[in-house]
Amino acid sequence: MEFLESILVTPFIEIWESPYYFIELVLVGLSTGVLYSLVALGFVLIFKASGMFNFAQGAMVLFAALTLVGLMEHGLPLWAALILSVATMVGLAFLVERFMLRHLVNQEGLILFMATIGLNFILEGTGQLMWGSDVKRLEIGIPDQPFDILGGKVLLNTFDVTAAFIGALLVITLAVFFQKTPMGRALRAVADDHQAALSVGIPLKTIWIAVWTIAGIVALVAGIVWGAKSGVQFSLSLIALKALPVLILGGFTSVPGAIVGGLIIGVGEKVAEGFWGPALGGAIENWFAYMLALAFLVFRPQGLFGEKIIERV
Amino acid sequence: MFYREAGQFKTTYQDDQAVFPVLQDKAAVFLLILVAYAVPFVADEYWLQAIFIQFLVFALMAIGLNILMGYAGQVSLGTGAFAAVGAYACYKLTTNIEGMNIIVAILLSGGCAAAVGVVFGLPSLRIKGFYLAVATLAAQFFILWLFNKVGWFYNNNPSGTITAPPRELFGVLITGPSASPEARYIVCLTFLIVFAWFAKNLVRGRIGRNWMAIRDMDIAAEIIGIRPLQTKLLAFAISSFYCGVAGALMIFCWLGSAETEAFDLVNVSFRVLFMIIIGGLGSIGGSIMGAAFIILVPIFLTNFPPMVGLDISTALQKHLEEIIFGVMIVFFLIVEPEGFARLWQILREKLRKWPFPY
Repeated sequence: MEFLESILVTPFIEIWESPYYFIELVLVGLSTGVLYSLVALGFVLIFKASGMFNFAQGAMVLFAALTLVGLMEHGLPLWAALILSVATMVGLAFLVERFMLRHLVNQEGLILFMATIGLNFILEGTGQLMWGSDVKRLEIGIPDQPFDILGGKVLLNTFDVTAAFIGALLVITLAVFFQKTPMGRALRAVADDHQAALSVGIPLKTIWIAVWTIAGIVALVAGIVWGAKSGVQFSLSLIALKALPVLILGGFTSVPGAIVGGLIIGVGEKVAEGFWGPALGGAIENWFAYMLALAFLVFRPQGLFGEKIIERV
Repeated sequence: MFYREAGQFKTTYQDDQAVFPVLQDKAAVFLLILVAYAVPFVADEYWLQAIFIQFLVFALMAIGLNILMGYAGQVSLGTGAFAAVGAYACYKLTTNIEGMNIIVAILLSGGCAAAVGVVFGLPSLRIKGFYLAVATLAAQFFILWLFNKVGWFYNNNPSGTITAPPRELFGVLITGPSASPEARYIVCLTFLIVFAWFAKNLVRGRIGRNWMAIRDMDIAAEIIGIRPLQTKLLAFAISSFYCGVAGALMIFCWLGSAETEAFDLVNVSFRVLFMIIIGGLGSIGGSIMGAAFIILVPIFLTNFPPMVGLDISTALQKHLEEIIFGVMIVFFLIVEPEGFARLWQILREKLRKWPFPY
């Protein structure tokens, strides 16, 4: 009984009694959620265009961030390192298309998924082989100062705000790219129907390279923001696991889903850790997101924004 | 020539429905089992401990996952969690009930894992494909967190680990630190053989056909009168039972003592997934071959550079290993996505006609 009360009653009383703490947690959750969205976006882009559940997205984040930091450690200025990192991600997209995708056309989703786990190993190994596996600091000049809002009752951090701003900017850029440019239209056509897209003359190989490039750049941005927050290290590749519940919550095929899902997971996680964590013994962040997503899925099996699943016999 | 089944006539239905209807297959399998039982007489302790016992445990887990994924078509990434349930249940049973037969304890812990598997299999009725795969990750993270947080599961041991107590079977010590590797090997091998035989019979009977119908198209299966609820949950239960038994063996016969990290996502769940993909989905023999491959490749990669006299640092070697392993996975998936089971089929066809292919 006491345990049930500590889960079902006490947290709500606490929320009622300390609304500012609640608001602070929500805001922190939102800013983390944007970061989750960034990683989830890379997944969605590749899934839409090639039907590939790309587990290597986390490793791509690590690889991109390691490349950037490694280049900067060799004395390159930020802008040069950035350009070179982007070039690396483009090169990676070419290699992936040439040596993996091209040979795996028409395979089942599961085989593609396993192939990306293989790619995950390759990228983690290569990144650390080239740049070493110590924790690296990434200094790109994002200010990191706490400040007050709501009359000093809620504490926020300029870093989180900047990160959220970068995330929003990226999402808007992507939205414009997808809706307004010829390449974006081609990408959406491929996502809708491979064969139909081929038959109107859209080159599938170019599209794949483009998609993996974009996913690579998204990974680079995510890597920069995460890396600046907590250092560039191996555990960066594990944020892929954080992005998975975001994906199933938002739907694999939906860009808005990735964003809204990220925000929901971010907020849910922080609030749950803050108010329910003590009763449950803490460190519930690891599985809470999955449980939350699972609960959503039982009611909407295709995720919040996923396409309605129509099955035929 | 050697593999031709011409002239082997079946005179009873029983013969016709044998697990291995071809004489050569039967002979080969019996020979293989004999060799397997003879291994402890020739292999040294390192080989038994590091390679063979590990292989047997993982082969059992791979068969379990293959039942769920290869036959029933439900993707699961929660293998490690179900194995952990088996391991912790077996630990609780043996430490709290004095004098319980160790085999009974292991089977009962498999039952506990099956119950947990059914609970986490419930969403499979509504969720399919990759959505289900990610949903089973909830089991993986939640169960391991639970075993870490709640002291009851590890008897409030200050170190947080569970250790296999010494237990005897027929007067021979088979678990715990002082049990001989030979005895532990024999126990694991017997478990694997019995369970593989059971699985083989399960999947070719009515239950297995129901699973395959659900896998190929669940709506069509439902229309021809297969109950999706019972069929899917049974697949989850039996698969988790196998994983639970394998988990119990993992602690009691292989590692001796472990924490929850031994059952984490990359070390267990993904590894077993690799095994069944590389071995062949929907094949019991394939699961065993895949397990052998995935266990042996890293060991080979670790031992190869010293063998040829290359001297490289451990960090460098670790990363190189990762890269080579990844490349091999991708290469294998491109060359033969249906795995070892398919390669074996091709080889068999070739052997039948050899040396006069027409």
